[in-house]
Amino acid sequence: MRTVTVFALLVAALALSAAAGILVGAVAIAPGDVLSALLGADSTSGTIIRELRLPRVLGAALVGGALAAAGALLQGMLRNPLADPFVTGTSAGASLGAVLAVALGFEPALVPVAAFVGATGAIALVWRLARLGGRTTVLTVLLAGVVLTSFAGALVTLVLVSSDRLALRLRAVLGWLQGGISVISWSELVVAAVVVAVGVTAALLLAPRIDAYAFGEETAAALGVDLDRTTAAVLATTALLTGAAVAIAGLIGFVGLVIPHALRFVLGATHRRLIVASIPAGAIALVLADLGARTALAPAELPVGVITGLVGAPFFLALLVRSRRVII
Amino acid sequence: MSSVVARAIRAGYREREVLRGVDLVAHEGEVVALIGPNGAGKSTLLRVLGGLLRATSGSVTIDGVDAATLDRRAIARRIAVVPQVFETLFPFTVREIVALGRTSRLGPLGTLGTDDARAVAHALDDIGATDLAERRIDRVSGGERQRAVLAMALAQEAGVLLLDEPTAHLDPAHQRATLERVATLARTRGIAVVAVLHDLNLAAAFASRVVLLADGAVVRDGDVAHVITPELVARVFGPGLRVVAYDGRPFVIPEPTSQPERRARAG
Repeated sequence: MRTVTVFALLVAALALSAAAGILVGAVAIAPGDVLSALLGADSTSGTIIRELRLPRVLGAALVGGALAAAGALLQGMLRNPLADPFVTGTSAGASLGAVLAVALGFEPALVPVAAFVGATGAIALVWRLARLGGRTTVLTVLLAGVVLTSFAGALVTLVLVSSDRLALRLRAVLGWLQGGISVISWSELVVAAVVVAVGVTAALLLAPRIDAYAFGEETAAALGVDLDRTTAAVLATTALLTGAAVAIAGLIGFVGLVIPHALRFVLGATHRRLIVASIPAGAIALVLADLGARTALAPAELPVGVITGLVGAPFFLALLVRSRRVII
Repeated sequence: MSSVVARAIRAGYREREVLRGVDLVAHEGEVVALIGPNGAGKSTLLRVLGGLLRATSGSVTIDGVDAATLDRRAIARRIAVVPQVFETLFPFTVREIVALGRTSRLGPLGTLGTDDARAVAHALDDIGATDLAERRIDRVSGGERQRAVLAMALAQEAGVLLLDEPTAHLDPAHQRATLERVATLARTRGIAVVAVLHDLNLAAAFASRVVLLADGAVVRDGDVAHVITPELVARVFGPGLRVVAYDGRPFVIPEPTSQPERRARAG
């Protein structure tokens, strides 16, 4: 009953946030005009709504949902609420992949693929580094993530500065390093949506096995989980979701960390339920953060990463203090 | 016909060989206590039996099937393991924890069927944990959490149950209750149990057979009175442990060796 109520509230809140995201923007458009624009009316405001605001709101929702689902998956496998794509360096790897793809002149629709390749490389590397001591602790994963994030960040900056492509320069201002929803085209959005759908399906299928990690890897194995295969599947799924998110929005921290953690208090620990709820909750968080980024200093626009960072970092610190006994 | 049979097991970690040719058999309805000093290889043997550590040589046979031919899921349907550490940070309920015992029997979509729900309810009932079912695992006492984990292993419906120091961190009353429960399950459900026990007196009270392990080899395998003897206990555990007979079974009492004051008073 409680679960149903929470889901209903989340879906309603998502609808409201999306409506707000479409209604509010740098150019004031009356609600009636927004509606007729959505229904296909041909006008300037129609173009703004259909080609700018709607893709942007959908993009933000997609990114937030993907990051939150990936966070829930990683937290479950590592048995620790301090993990997400951002702190494990996965996002940084995806960012590097995406930037290289743009710099090398790939088709825009291939950018998510490059981001996925980068994310896969990054998370595989972090996992290998964290494994060096024999057993993976969250602390080693976080340390490896920090190292990789700064390394990938340096490479991204190098590419941005040395590249003369206009597309890169434009996005560099808001995008790759600070996070910013900048949907270029509907086709890019569709590719990302398909990737996220595949990732979410995989995450939901993996969820019961992630539950079995509750008492650690060895107990998961004793319960019948094939550790190597499951670990590989979880890492690949995380990379898929992160790649899609980063291709659209660059580096956005804390959404993947905070959303599953907060929902766990309300819905309990079972991962299938947690992932299903994380998707709308993450979407809400990012649609609202993007709305804030567009309107706080209008007509100037903040990178959305500024908003998620301002809200998320204090939360992360509080979490760190509370759970300090377990990460070491 | 549930059983686990290990033959000539050699196993270890990297360069260090821990088990040097160990034989162990547990049949249906038996409670086999694995005893021995720290570092003797008890937990390692348990991991090999459960398929969690690959032996460098030797064989493990589960219910007559060579374990090397079984994948993780197939092993988990035949052997349940009660872990030594069962702490989790996440707010699972006791029922959700017990349901983890069904992991090896879930279908491709991973949903619990009516059979699974029934097995979970039975396991909770058998362990007397039904009243705990909706409580959060991180908010119950150590003894209650132990019961939840035991119920999780039972929900696995495996014929072999392995326990690694199931009484660690429990007070004497809970130690007794846990082993009583395990012994009853072995008897009534025909489960083959192998339990690593540090407390020789608990082993003497509840085991149908005792295997004494030292330096990675079996020193003796037999009934309680033939394994927990003054001679063997002194040889394997060293001095300071007196073995007396009490109520027809051996009883081990730690003796202070260097307390002259007390000695003088007693003398």
